[in-house]
Amino acid sequence: MAKRLLALTVNGRAREDAVADHALLVDYLRTTAGLTGTKQGCDGGECGACTVLIDGQPRLACITLAVTCEGRRVETIEGLAEDGRMSRLQRMFHEKLGAQCGFCTPGMIMAAEALLRRMPHPDEQAIRDALSGNLCRCTGYVKIIEAVRAAATDAG
Amino acid sequence: MTSAARHSTVPPAAQAAAVAPAAHAAGQRTPLIDGIEKVTGRARYTADLPFGDALVGRILRSPVAHGEIRGIDTRAALAIPGVRAVVTGTDFAAPYGVIPIAQNEWPLARGRIRYRGEPVAAVAAVDAETADAALAAIVLDIEPLPAYFSAADARAPDAVRLHEKKAGNIEREVDQSFGEVDAGFETADLVCEETYHYAEVAHGQIELNAAVAAWEPEHERLTTHSVTQVPYYLHLTLAQCLGIDTSQIRVIKPFVGGGFGHRVEPLNFEMVAAALARAAGGTVKVLLSREDGFLTHRGRPETDIRLKIAMAKTGAITAVDCEIVQRGGAYGGYGLVTILYAGALLHALYMVPAVRYRGFRVYTNTPPCGAMRGHGAVDARHAFESLLDRMAAELGLDPFAVRRANLITPPFRTINDLQVNSCGLPACLEWVEEASGWKTRRGALPRGRGMGLACSHYVSGSAKPVHWSGEPHAVIHLKLDHDGGITVLTGASDIGQGSSTLLAQVVAEVMSLSLARIRVIATDSALTPKDNGSYSSRVSFMVGNAALRAAEELKRILVAAAAKRLEVSVDDIEWNGEHCLVAGTDRGLAFREVVEAALVDTGALSVKGVWSTPPETQGGKFRGAAVGSTAGFSYAAQVVEVSVDEDTGQVTVERVWVAHDCGFAINPLAVEGQVQGAVWMGMGQALSEETQYHEGLPLRPNMLDYRIPTIVESPPIAVKLVESRDPLGPFGAKEASEGALHGFAPALTNAIHDAIGLRLTELPASPDRVFEALVEVRRTERLRARAAAGGQRNAGN
Repeated sequence: MAKRLLALTVNGRAREDAVADHALLVDYLRTTAGLTGTKQGCDGGECGACTVLIDGQPRLACITLAVTCEGRRVETIEGLAEDGRMSRLQRMFHEKLGAQCGFCTPGMIMAAEALLRRMPHPDEQAIRDALSGNLCRCTGYVKIIEAVRAAATDAG
Repeated sequence: MTSAARHSTVPPAAQAAAVAPAAHAAGQRTPLIDGIEKVTGRARYTADLPFGDALVGRILRSPVAHGEIRGIDTRAALAIPGVRAVVTGTDFAAPYGVIPIAQNEWPLARGRIRYRGEPVAAVAAVDAETADAALAAIVLDIEPLPAYFSAADARAPDAVRLHEKKAGNIEREVDQSFGEVDAGFETADLVCEETYHYAEVAHGQIELNAAVAAWEPEHERLTTHSVTQVPYYLHLTLAQCLGIDTSQIRVIKPFVGGGFGHRVEPLNFEMVAAALARAAGGTVKVLLSREDGFLTHRGRPETDIRLKIAMAKTGAITAVDCEIVQRGGAYGGYGLVTILYAGALLHALYMVPAVRYRGFRVYTNTPPCGAMRGHGAVDARHAFESLLDRMAAELGLDPFAVRRANLITPPFRTINDLQVNSCGLPACLEWVEEASGWKTRRGALPRGRGMGLACSHYVSGSAKPVHWSGEPHAVIHLKLDHDGGITVLTGASDIGQGSSTLLAQVVAEVMSLSLARIRVIATDSALTPKDNGSYSSRVSFMVGNAALRAAEELKRILVAAAAKRLEVSVDDIEWNGEHCLVAGTDRGLAFREVVEAALVDTGALSVKGVWSTPPETQGGKFRGAAVGSTAGFSYAAQVVEVSVDEDTGQVTVERVWVAHDCGFAINPLAVEGQVQGAVWMGMGQALSEETQYHEGLPLRPNMLDYRIPTIVESPPIAVKLVESRDPLGPFGAKEASEGALHGFAPALTNAIHDAIGLRLTELPASPDRVFEALVEVRRTERLRARAAAGGQRNAGN
């Protein structure tokens, strides 16, 4: 199988890895880069658990070929902490119980992170729109919305 | 005095050693103790575990729904370089099943295949491509048999039996009668009967199934990491299916991404991973797809209900007669428990004097059903609360009034011998009535908008365990060593519900210590005491009680050590957690000094707490009486407000008000989260979720066609926690994760009736169903109008 050298930035760190042409970004991140915070919850593009940021935009790593990230900035849940401490958004997900089992959480937080960068003070409708591709089976989304709102309020 | 000056009165040594001051831990809104790992991505789930170059395990599934296996040729697969093991049904020592008397499933089909997608063979190879090539090289020789995809077809007189001993393909038939049923119907003022149909639904936990099995050939030992809710069942089943001694097996549950009942039973891939690991002599990782999850299934069965209720003018129920048929799927699993739960909890929510229940669990050629959140009682609750609503209307009673006419006052023993020691349902009803503005808003809403009410209840753990070993229902170990940290060792599976946090809170509360002193080590069979598992909402109540008792024992030991060191009686010790005093003096010891004193001569302390359900809560003596029995029932009431688009059949849930009697909220934050999650899961089933098969082929085995609600259509859910303080619960606590689910669907369809006058008797209330029901109503109205007009003309002639 054909491989090529992939040069990209993952969580601010430059990497070069030999990657198969057909390798998915989610597998590259989890296996090659060892960043297992990005989850896979479906057979491709259904659940949003694998959401990462590519050049700041939320993307599904399970339907993105790794080689398409050549020269791009990829950010995962592991890259959000600041000086090793939870970011404000992460802290609000923790404190407001936006995470129960936690499996959808990395993708949910990355989708919310993209929203808050684009729109620091979103209303509830904007939060719902931004997270509409991320399924959660535990929370009923109520406390997820509270967490994102609280993060936005705090940031203000 | 300034606060700085006040601080300076504390000796420097004590300052250095200080851990956050003692505060109440129980009753506090407490973020999960393992929550930071989840939001930072550090939490390791089974698929995340680093196992180096583990072999890849893959499962071959049957292309036919029913057939005899004439042969499975694995020679070509084994010959492929990189293939390390191929296993089939004959590689297992015994069949399995979660209920000891109904074990009829093999990890890989043996002799007979009973559903499309049933695992038939498995391979372990050096990588996924090789493993897939090996699966493709396996040759199956299967002689097809007639297959049955509905309960009715499977029950037909000439149907082939799926399981030899089960005539009519009936797995379990229930026939129960309590009280004077016929008299109850004869003396009633109103008798109504209705039939209902419910689609099959699935758990849809977001984490995909996964298991990693490591076999040590030199020791003949197995270590399995898996997504299980009940490591103990898995442990027993691995031993049974592999034919090895339980002492040679270690089961570890890492972080688990939800369960909702899918992972209570041991699941085929867990035993398959172990068999592959043994055959290959190494470590095998089996990661399954979403489609595999739907095939593994164990969800809520397709159900048909015929329900008849008799009522006095006051709204008091005088008798109930119900028949329930469940399409159970291909194997026993939890089936007999599910069909018994449906009958046991159908009426026990209220004071009902007479009940007849007939239940039929039917084998079909579809993936096996099992336990799903609200086990057995969800569809039955919908039927009951729907018919109550209709009867209330016919008697001119408010939906609240008809419920209030049938309330239980504890202590109370239901007609089917279930013990109720606490019941906060009256307070639940009051709150949702007030909060929703029921009295002023209902009836004043525009057409297309409506409000509906329903009540529900659930067990706080099944009072009788599946395995009659004579052991307590729950065991907790606590370890306290030189470091002054307390380790809670528990077999209870935290699957996201927050059980580990709750156990830490219970221990902290009893000992008046900060959570910072407490760690929880859970679900590693080599370290933690056996637990019966996370199912039937048993953990808070049962394991919470064991933790409470363990902490009391540890505190007793520490108080005794402090008294000895201070040379006073234990009665003179005033215990404040981080320090204790000789009462009425300023003499005392810091916690660290107490620990030092307690370790003299004994070293590290290990104490234990156990708990068992009292005999009077374990149900009656009739066949099947154990199912439904519990030491504490939770109660809930909810009002749902909907809008319905009559042109499209689209139902939108606008708001939900739910009050849940959880006895006492040890962690109100988590309880709210559980109640919201339960209500919302009920909404998924009520609005949009359903599996679908064509000739046994799943048509919706993905998260797009199996329509779990997204954040867009999920409403605000206002929660009130009612605290009835159960006499047996830890600090009065009862379950909080399931009981509010059952009420959503009936509250929704009652609200749809309020909105547009349509009584739906089928779920989910998807737009097509609502629209077709509306068309049917309009046609009936037209025919009636035409007949009336014709009648008038005839009369005029």
